[in-house]
Amino acid sequence: MTPANGHATSRIDLELIAHMIAPGSRVLDVGCGDGDLLALLQNKKNVDGRGVELSQDGVNASVARGLAVIQGDADTDLADYPDDAFDYVILSQTIQATRNPRAVLKAMKRIGRHVVVSLPNFGNWRVRLKLLFRGRMPETRSLGYSWYDTPNIHLCTLSDFTALCEEIGLEIEDAVTVTGNTARRVSRPGFLSNLFASDAVFLLSRRG
Amino acid sequence: MNKIGKAGRPPEAASHDIADSERGRDGAQSATMTFGAKEPLALDSGASLSPFTISYQTYGTLNVGKSNVVLICHALTLDQFAASVHPVTGKPGWWPRMVGPGLPIDTDRFFVICQNVVGGCTGTTGPKDIDPTTGKPYGLDFPVITIGDMVRAQSMLLDKLGIEELFCVIGGSMGGMQVLQWAAAYPERVFSAIPIATAARHSAQNIAFHEVGRQAIMADPEWKQGAYLSQETTPAKGLAVARMAAHITYLSEVALHRKFGRNLQDRDTVTYGFDADFQIESYLRHQGSTFVDRFDANSYLYLTRAMDYFDLAADYGGVLANAFRGTKSRFCVVSFTSDWLFPTSDNRQIVHALNAVAAKVSFVEINTDKGHDAFLLDEPEMFTTLRGFIDSAARARGLGQ
Repeated sequence: MTPANGHATSRIDLELIAHMIAPGSRVLDVGCGDGDLLALLQNKKNVDGRGVELSQDGVNASVARGLAVIQGDADTDLADYPDDAFDYVILSQTIQATRNPRAVLKAMKRIGRHVVVSLPNFGNWRVRLKLLFRGRMPETRSLGYSWYDTPNIHLCTLSDFTALCEEIGLEIEDAVTVTGNTARRVSRPGFLSNLFASDAVFLLSRRG
Repeated sequence: MNKIGKAGRPPEAASHDIADSERGRDGAQSATMTFGAKEPLALDSGASLSPFTISYQTYGTLNVGKSNVVLICHALTLDQFAASVHPVTGKPGWWPRMVGPGLPIDTDRFFVICQNVVGGCTGTTGPKDIDPTTGKPYGLDFPVITIGDMVRAQSMLLDKLGIEELFCVIGGSMGGMQVLQWAAAYPERVFSAIPIATAARHSAQNIAFHEVGRQAIMADPEWKQGAYLSQETTPAKGLAVARMAAHITYLSEVALHRKFGRNLQDRDTVTYGFDADFQIESYLRHQGSTFVDRFDANSYLYLTRAMDYFDLAADYGGVLANAFRGTKSRFCVVSFTSDWLFPTSDNRQIVHALNAVAAKVSFVEINTDKGHDAFLLDEPEMFTTLRGFIDSAARARGLGQ
């Protein structure tokens, strides 16, 4: 599956997210692509799942496999949902492609009791070295675009992301970093995670 | 060929409470149900209609639990013959790729019902039928009908048939309005709903188009203030013009250009006159003249009015979401990119309202240049997505493959 942001959602990413979701819960997957994660969650966790996807091809593919998915834009259409409509609102490998990540996160915080975000880490040492030594915008395996045609317009490091969560009142309940093929649970990604992790998955909830 | 049951005979001659039916060779069953003086149809206008008859078609077999019923709601100028030969035109059903064995609405699995709407003209009581109080055709004495009235009448038939729940209600355009009305008025009876190329309220532009059609009919001297049947005339020209104008709105500029362009009809050069020089003119004239053979002019007035009056939010305090509050039905909304009569934005409003009550909703926009009528045509992506939605709903309802 390749969602609109072009960042192929890996199997490990889906599994890590699924691990954070309580069985039988109500779930909204924002940027659900072809519906792979929703299908996984319905099969393994028996969730009541919904999806929003920007690309019509992704929506039609999802609906054709029996998923409740609508065409919509994370940046504008989350406003339609009532407060606390879902147990979990998931943003899998999509936040970097939104126009206003801060507003999207705040909307997710409003409509879900928990927020799950997975994202690539632009603070990874390979990325840093590419910029440092080549002096060119880094292209990585997971972010294989040139600077001028990338849909990933708001890339951030794990530290950037956790700072934003802090600012808008989202507390980290659980976090898993991915380095190579290894997933590691961390209470809060620190300096080393920000340097070595290629990706991370966060389970967040409202503070207080 | 399938026959139209006992439809068309005066309602008072029909037996009460008993459905007359006969099975056609295509597996379709034609039937009528008459509701007598004790079972009037209460109308939104405050009036009531009694007696009245509903003509309908069924396909497939009702299962023991009566849990496999699909109700098809037809569009403005269509009828109950979704998958059977039309008795007047001899043409095949209007949804041939959607309804049948192995098709998305699989008649091997589902018991499919398609009813002619109240106010219609293919067997269900409408303005061309005899008013028992005068012994003459109703004409304009027929009460004004709403989408809500159509759906209420449909529910009365289902009550008679002992059918509590609809596994699925599906329809396009005016049929989609009925689907929305079903979901709002009888949420507990609707397991899944598929409104296609429709809106929760008729737009000003669409009311305007309808008014042009109605004025064309009423401007025809043969219309006789609606009493043309008792005066043995037909407002054929007015009805044809109404159809011609409406037909343009069902297509798209791109589709018209592709099909006709500026091509001339059976001639090499323009005639400097007002013959049908262009193919598109000839095509529209043909659409108009054939429509007159199968449709009643007063029915056209009443049914367009029903669509104009449709504003689901208005019935729920002006907030469309309130119409669906607490719904457990699952929805699949479908729109088409080139539909300018019921554009995607209209359909998206329905989706927004359903989201606002956290309903289980899918929404697909089908990429096509065929305009509003695309829902009746060969649109493989529509079939694929609807098959997926219906199959998934069937699994959830415990209906096997």
